[in-house]
Amino acid sequence: MGLLEDFGAWVVYSLVGMAHGDPLAEALDFFIYDTLKIFLLLIFITFFVGIIRSYITPERIRDLLANRKYGTGNILAALLGIPTPFCTCSVIPLFIGFIRAGVPLGVTFSFLISSPVINEVAVVLLLGLVGWEITALYIGIGFVIAVVVGYILGLLHLEDQIEEFVLSSNASKTVSASGKEFTLKERMAIAYEESKEIIRQIWLYIIVGIGIGALVHGYAPEDFFLKYAGPDNPFAVPVVVLIGIPLYSNAAGTIPIVQALMAKGMATGTALVLMMSITALSFPQLLILRKVVKTKLLAILVAILALSFIAIGYLFNMIL
Amino acid sequence: MRIEILGGGCANCKRLEENARAAVKKAGKEAEFIKVTDFKEISAYGVMRTPALVIDGKLMTQGRIPSVDEIIKML
Repeated sequence: MGLLEDFGAWVVYSLVGMAHGDPLAEALDFFIYDTLKIFLLLIFITFFVGIIRSYITPERIRDLLANRKYGTGNILAALLGIPTPFCTCSVIPLFIGFIRAGVPLGVTFSFLISSPVINEVAVVLLLGLVGWEITALYIGIGFVIAVVVGYILGLLHLEDQIEEFVLSSNASKTVSASGKEFTLKERMAIAYEESKEIIRQIWLYIIVGIGIGALVHGYAPEDFFLKYAGPDNPFAVPVVVLIGIPLYSNAAGTIPIVQALMAKGMATGTALVLMMSITALSFPQLLILRKVVKTKLLAILVAILALSFIAIGYLFNMIL
Repeated sequence: MRIEILGGGCANCKRLEENARAAVKKAGKEAEFIKVTDFKEISAYGVMRTPALVIDGKLMTQGRIPSVDEIIKML
């Protein structure tokens, strides 16, 4: 990425002629470099994941997960959630499709948690902004949380918390899928369209996120967050989790900002769980889920998620 | 021809409808458009990801927005 770094510096210091050491110049340099890097990575990776995704349809996932036992089912669901994103408005049909086909409730939730937390956009942003070590930690922790939270939900036998219509309404209008298999060329065309679509939907989040991150880089004093969110503040972890869970944002908008907070002294464990609690669940998503499950289940889900995030945050602040 | 757009009404569903309308127009065909936005009704189709495109009772795509040219081939 040396070339991109040079390009950012060239634009700021030679083309625009700003002085070295000027915080605005530093912010701008970061912004140009990060934005270019992230978008190049995104174009390649969303395209390749798009091809993989064309093989893993939701029907296949549902059939793979139907009637699975807790444990292996949760692991499989969390794995399949990684390359399979869904937009918030798809939560309901996905949930109904899974439950009706006999996918256990806890296994369904492992999928619903893993999918928004771990995906190619999050991975690209983390790789590009914070390096592979934190990326690997993020993926590992996200995966374990999706498995464990789903597993615990399964142990609690909350099936009575599913709204009745989910199971009772009949699939009267079931439509036949046009059952043709795609050729590789068609898959590449689909992946290309999808990759364009993903970037069209998140480019603004990324630019705003990197922009805010760059301002923090340029203007916030070194160690600014060390005081409030460093490893020595025991309240930092629960506070960021409680702020993060109801907040609605995707990985694209979240990661660039949290990365900047980390650079200014936020402890690694705290930053990791802040990113995850924002992407895993949000207040709008809870409202949507409320249409298919009862409030008690949602309260338990939020509680288990929050406790797991807090535990993970403390653990990693201690060992890192 | 009967074209059904399944989805809760988010931005993706609107874009799918735009593309489908453009495709019908470009192909010089006529179609009746039906928007299915109620979650209970969508689930009755057995569809798991929105937006979904149903043409004459056949599920063409779900969970993505096909391009105008791709939809023309489905008509």
